[in-house]
Amino acid sequence: MSTSQTTTTEHHPALAHQFDSMEQQQDASTFGMWVFLLTEIMMFGGLFTAYLIYRLKYYPAFVAGSTSISVGWGFANTLVLIGSSFTMAMAVWAAQKGYRKSQVWLLLATMVLGAAFLGVKAKEYYDKWDECHIPGHVIGKGFNTWGGCSVTNKSLGNIAEEIRDPKHHGNPNIPEGAAEQTARQTEIFFSFYFAMTGLHAFHMVIGLGLLTWLLLRARGGEFGPSYYTPVELGGLYWHFVDIVWIFLFPLLYLISRHQHGV
Amino acid sequence: MSENSHPTPGLYVLILLALVIGTCLTWGIAFVDLGIWNPVVALTIAVIKAVLVILFFMHVHYSNKLTKLTISAGFFWLMIMITMSLSDYLTRSFMLR
Repeated sequence: MSTSQTTTTEHHPALAHQFDSMEQQQDASTFGMWVFLLTEIMMFGGLFTAYLIYRLKYYPAFVAGSTSISVGWGFANTLVLIGSSFTMAMAVWAAQKGYRKSQVWLLLATMVLGAAFLGVKAKEYYDKWDECHIPGHVIGKGFNTWGGCSVTNKSLGNIAEEIRDPKHHGNPNIPEGAAEQTARQTEIFFSFYFAMTGLHAFHMVIGLGLLTWLLLRARGGEFGPSYYTPVELGGLYWHFVDIVWIFLFPLLYLISRHQHGV
Repeated sequence: MSENSHPTPGLYVLILLALVIGTCLTWGIAFVDLGIWNPVVALTIAVIKAVLVILFFMHVHYSNKLTKLTISAGFFWLMIMITMSLSDYLTRSFMLR
């Protein structure tokens, strides 16, 4: 910071003229990116706050809804995303060192892991579609009062029946009507599930777009010790998306799991 | 923010290990009945993981004071939103039913 001299004619081609030095430019860019990420945090924060309020109000329904989604896939996806954050951090490191080949490979690895995450998410969404757990009646097969496709077929996620079934650690003493009411309230859980994971997945898609752009520039050998700001900022965005998932996983997948088993 | 102040790959591997261990812990503990402490433990681990990502993967540990202060202020505001909203809802009769 102390050596902020303006050279008259020659400077780095990436230096915009309003900045004194590359260092000042990167500081300003990083600061601006963080201000943007904070607005993102407030947007997701609003969803998290609403989620917490409804979870406290309709706790049994949130337990029933949460245990109907696959904790194994959620766990696997958490590891995939953490792995992608690691490769992203390494890509920033390689860009800063000017290692062109490793940059490209690490960015590619990050994209592959990101795509894998979205693939698993699509599989999970399809399962919910199959079990008639899409809230409302506009998309999918419609949400029934018992929270599943069929009253008799248990394989199709009949939530009301599971609430009363001892084999699913349920309580047979709960009256049928009360179980159906709780099953109906899982629609609120699923609304939050799709809104929060959907907004998160949308951010992942944007992240993949950014990574494609960074990949092309990295291939052209644009980044090195004096200029790697785009990779740094792309990394900040990718890690932010990872952090959102770090909170989504325990909040959506792990509500009172010990009552129900794996 | 200068070139030599960023962490090394070795540190990144350590952070990755810590994050994987944290994820496995969250998953394992979820199947143990801790009563009201289950969500508390799960969220504590999540906060630790998030702080590790922010400080090292996102280089905040190595950034200038302006950036650090801005980020802290942002999270402080987030906590205001969550705690004030919850303290309102949790003291209302319709929530206790």
